[in-house]
Amino acid sequence: MQDTLKIGGKVIANRLFIGTGKFSSYELMKKALAESSVEVATVALRRVDVDSKQENILDYIPKGCNVMINTSGARNAEEAVRIARLAKAVGSGNWIKIEVVRDNKYLLPDNIETLKATEILAKEGFVVFPYMSPDLSVARRMLEAGAAAVMPLGSPIGTNRGLKTKELVEILVKELSIPVIVDAGLGRPSDACICMELGCAAVLVNTAIAVARNPVGYAVAFSKAVEAGRLAYVTGIPLNSDNPSPSSPLTGFLRNEN
Amino acid sequence: MSFYPLYSQNKGKRLQPGDENALETKAVLAKDLTLRFFGRAIQLYTPMYLANYCDNSCLYCGFNKNNKIERRKLSFDEVEAEARFISSTGLKHILILTGEDRLESPLEYIKDCIKILKTYFSSISVEIYPLSEAEYTSFVKEGVDGLTIYQEVYDEEIYSRMHPTGPKKDYLFRLDAPERGARAGMRSINIGVLLGLNDWRVEAFMLGLHAQYLQDKFPDVEIGVSLPRIRPQVSGFKPAYVVSDRDLAQIIIYLRLKLPRLSISLSTREGAGLRENLIPLGITRISAGSSTLVGGHTLEGSQESAQFKIQDQRSVEEIKTMLYKKGYQPVLKDWMPI
Repeated sequence: MQDTLKIGGKVIANRLFIGTGKFSSYELMKKALAESSVEVATVALRRVDVDSKQENILDYIPKGCNVMINTSGARNAEEAVRIARLAKAVGSGNWIKIEVVRDNKYLLPDNIETLKATEILAKEGFVVFPYMSPDLSVARRMLEAGAAAVMPLGSPIGTNRGLKTKELVEILVKELSIPVIVDAGLGRPSDACICMELGCAAVLVNTAIAVARNPVGYAVAFSKAVEAGRLAYVTGIPLNSDNPSPSSPLTGFLRNEN
Repeated sequence: MSFYPLYSQNKGKRLQPGDENALETKAVLAKDLTLRFFGRAIQLYTPMYLANYCDNSCLYCGFNKNNKIERRKLSFDEVEAEARFISSTGLKHILILTGEDRLESPLEYIKDCIKILKTYFSSISVEIYPLSEAEYTSFVKEGVDGLTIYQEVYDEEIYSRMHPTGPKKDYLFRLDAPERGARAGMRSINIGVLLGLNDWRVEAFMLGLHAQYLQDKFPDVEIGVSLPRIRPQVSGFKPAYVVSDRDLAQIIIYLRLKLPRLSISLSTREGAGLRENLIPLGITRISAGSSTLVGGHTLEGSQESAQFKIQDQRSVEEIKTMLYKKGYQPVLKDWMPI
């Protein structure tokens, strides 16, 4: 059976999500999304120009790729909620990634405001994906509030530092019954692969791909790494030498004692 | 609260001269940081001059009240015509400007203009005389999301000489305007120095310190800077200090490395070729299709009445083509009223 991610009423085969804000052109972005067969792309509503005839970013999202609008620019829950409602009004669907950032120095999310927005928007029928710092207590409350997944950051946006929050993300994966999607800070395909090996449901990458010398090639590389990491997780990763795992039980024979 | 104590403590500090090779190495880092935090995207905006009446006599400015220029204030119909023209180029971010004259360009007049502009643009910034916090709040309520206000020169003694008469003489009221705007809820605050009035190494240092102070104090506000070099205008004012292209590049690189997420704007004051070369070093916003004349897009007017002469006269379409060619996405819309 094919291993797919069922989320928000959709079935997603490619667990690489791509952010769209930093490409050198919408044409190139479209190509990167298409060639890597990405099925979820996030788009900041602040960039969506529905009046523009030639430059509406939404026109460059390939068919079959789902749009997840994000609330980039929101400084509190109220603004995030308003942006989400505006997104609905312009026909961008009901998938919403909540970004509430009150810190322009590191672009780190405000978990408290994000939770408030999640509570409101989930009740309004949005499929809510909160971008957050990986905090188990808050993540549990996101789940209770009706979040479709949680999106903890790997490291601060744009840093390309990889999964610096590994210990905390691992805990989220272990404890939560909703998908954990690592968003932000992944710089290399191997970073994405590590996330998937840990059991994350998906990863979201923007900067590393968009500003790569060859964004299309790099998107494909990420996509393959995500696939490999996921396959490894599903197949089962052998423990390392400190925790050996024999291929057949060493004490199985004892079962026949009686 | 004020930037003034920090200014006083750091008075006289300056950027250290770097050697040739170090500048190239730093440029590479600056480019990398800019790409990582802003991507291959450059935001476009254009200024719109509403009026040029002014009570000040700033020596370097074309709108100096002593200059014999045609004074004008746009009627609401003219505002609409300008808005329609600018909006037809695809621009969504507008920066509106007036001289400092509370009688000829009162706040109510500016707000009425904003009401018209709101129907054409998704982001409105103001570059007008400094206001009280309550006045800024009333602008935010009207739909203004950005404030641009340059100190022009941080050195108090030079400031006093450059602004001999008029309300702009009040150094402190201007110095603290950015934080009054931030407290009032402006989403973005843009500060700047007019390069040429003082030793650029001193001014660039203080500008970086001021930007950092604002970033630290208002982490939820997007802080930006502009680095205008003095341009010729009607009075023929000659700047006391020369700031070369190389100096300008060094300032951009310095600021990018110091404050990686700082917005840096580059206006049409600079020539086409230089602008293109400076973009990768850290520029995040550029103006396009600009005019520094009141009603400069749709009305007849003498260039003598401009605030200053611009160099890069390319249209929005030409600027967009240039950006694509350089591997950058022109971003026309990056905010909307919410």
